[in-house]
Amino acid sequence: MMAVPSPCGAANFHIKDRYMTDQAFSPPSSQDLVRDYKRRSAKRVTLVLGAAAILLATVTIDVITGPADLSFWRTLHVIIQPSIATVQEEVIIWDLRLPVALMAVVVGAMLGIAGAEMQTILNNPLADPFTLGLSSAASFGAALAIVLGWSVIPGVGGLFVTVNAFVVAMLTSLALFGFTRLRGVTPEAMILVGIAMLFTFNALLAFLQYGASELQLAQIIFWQLGSLARATWTKVGICLVILLIVLPYFLHRSWALTALRMGEEKAAALGVNVPLLRLGVLAGVSLLSAVAVSFVGAVAFVGLVGPHIARMIVGEDQRGFLPLSALAGALILSGTSIASKAITPGVVYPIGMITSLIGIPFFVSLILSQRKRHWQ
Amino acid sequence: MNALTVTDISFAYGARAILTGACVAPLRPGKLTVLIGPNASGKSTLFKLIAGLLTPSAGQVSLGQTDLTTLTTKDRLSRIRFMPQFFAANAALTVFDVVMMAEKQLQGWRVTPDDMDRVAEALYTGGIGHLAEAYVSELSGGQSQMVSCVQALIQPADVYLFDEPTSALDLHHQLAVLSRIRESVQARNAIGIVALHDLNLAARFADHLILLGQGRVLAEGPPSAVLNDPALAATYGVDISISQGPRKDLTVHAYAS
Repeated sequence: MMAVPSPCGAANFHIKDRYMTDQAFSPPSSQDLVRDYKRRSAKRVTLVLGAAAILLATVTIDVITGPADLSFWRTLHVIIQPSIATVQEEVIIWDLRLPVALMAVVVGAMLGIAGAEMQTILNNPLADPFTLGLSSAASFGAALAIVLGWSVIPGVGGLFVTVNAFVVAMLTSLALFGFTRLRGVTPEAMILVGIAMLFTFNALLAFLQYGASELQLAQIIFWQLGSLARATWTKVGICLVILLIVLPYFLHRSWALTALRMGEEKAAALGVNVPLLRLGVLAGVSLLSAVAVSFVGAVAFVGLVGPHIARMIVGEDQRGFLPLSALAGALILSGTSIASKAITPGVVYPIGMITSLIGIPFFVSLILSQRKRHWQ
Repeated sequence: MNALTVTDISFAYGARAILTGACVAPLRPGKLTVLIGPNASGKSTLFKLIAGLLTPSAGQVSLGQTDLTTLTTKDRLSRIRFMPQFFAANAALTVFDVVMMAEKQLQGWRVTPDDMDRVAEALYTGGIGHLAEAYVSELSGGQSQMVSCVQALIQPADVYLFDEPTSALDLHHQLAVLSRIRESVQARNAIGIVALHDLNLAARFADHLILLGQGRVLAEGPPSAVLNDPALAATYGVDISISQGPRKDLTVHAYAS
């Protein structure tokens, strides 16, 4: 039997269509492919270096912005040659502004990295220190200190709000960790337990707030809004040490983490011990977010959006994704630090508010302008 | 070069037994074995047991004189390359990236020019060069199967396992992919096992055919023997008749019984 030619040349159209999509007219040679890949790798390096350069600029702006008018050159001079500074300049630059500016960078980087790897191991685009209840736990710990004056670890002096926040956040991670040991490490279970933690701690926090005095209530709210003003050189140092402990492990497992994005089974077939990787990364991520959140308060959005910006720009090969997530987080928080001082001269707004207010419209516009869609 | 032997292997997911004492005669290097059997007959499970992704409750898998359970996961996976049936890919990774990942074996941060050349060559010969810079999240089912196949074949190994590598491919690509698998297996003198649902493709490409059903190996041998075995029709629950095609190939005709 003869095939009946289809009307309107539909058959021809199909053949041509297929030819276009599955076999290009002249398939690229392997030299072309190498050239494209090299170009993309070079672009990735350029982007990371570019982001680092912009970060340097925002840190500089951050240091020269503030109530006391200090010129750029004078500030630079004081930083390079501390001996020439007047007492006032020394206090403003070395004791107040530099720790704040650097704290914004390290905490932003920590939150960016924590968010990136949480999203990777949980296979969920909404994962960040909030989703797993770590921020709520830290807020609860802080409130415990503020309202009851009760320190989880005795003898830490004036730092007891921070220490409480950290200890409760770490205990929450440990509980999560223990749960995954008992019931297997599936992303769904981890997220569900994280959300259960979130609501539990929010309820406990509300309980404390209900019984708090007006002054205590104000303190709790202020802590939750997030602030860089509590930054000191010691805290910056602690953050750097934590980063130096966790980051090498993440870098070492970067191919395995990239492979995990192809699905558990595929990663396992490529030789990744998936449960072990999840547990190791969860431990690192918990440490990063617990320290970050206990030092600056519950700063929303950085851990969620930093990684998404990095993903949109360089994709999810961890060799570009990890550094750029860290840089994006650092840039967001550094920019926030500048904005918090610049909006109303003489007033330093809480950073949590600003990250959300400025960041979210920016993020939505990024999503709308994206051609490629992931996480569907 | 050594043969792959599966002895009396059993596995259960909880109370649900998948394999009960499956035995596979030694599989010789340079030959392509095709694994057939109805849905849920344990083909994927057998692959995962051989690859070491699951641990058998009884039985043994050995390569030559080596019991594979004595190897570390890393050593085992460097000798056995497994291509799973599905890959969920909503990742912002390009096809070049994911093949590079397999080329690097998850080791070493640096990508050498040699690595790049090998990946580009593999993509080119695999017929997916034009997809190199496409994101895996944008691929069709068939295209991602071809990517998976290139990924599996990029590194040398002693054993290659392909779980339904052609289920989403059109006719042309089914033949192309299976030919490439067979050529690679012969050229590398490796052991190749492919699970297939299409009995005609199985008849065409198999050097050795294994019929899996009810958790055991019901028949194995050269395609003509297995396809003419009454166990085949009984396992699938259909009537089967075999005829010879125009190029001396066997053609399987199935009828609802």
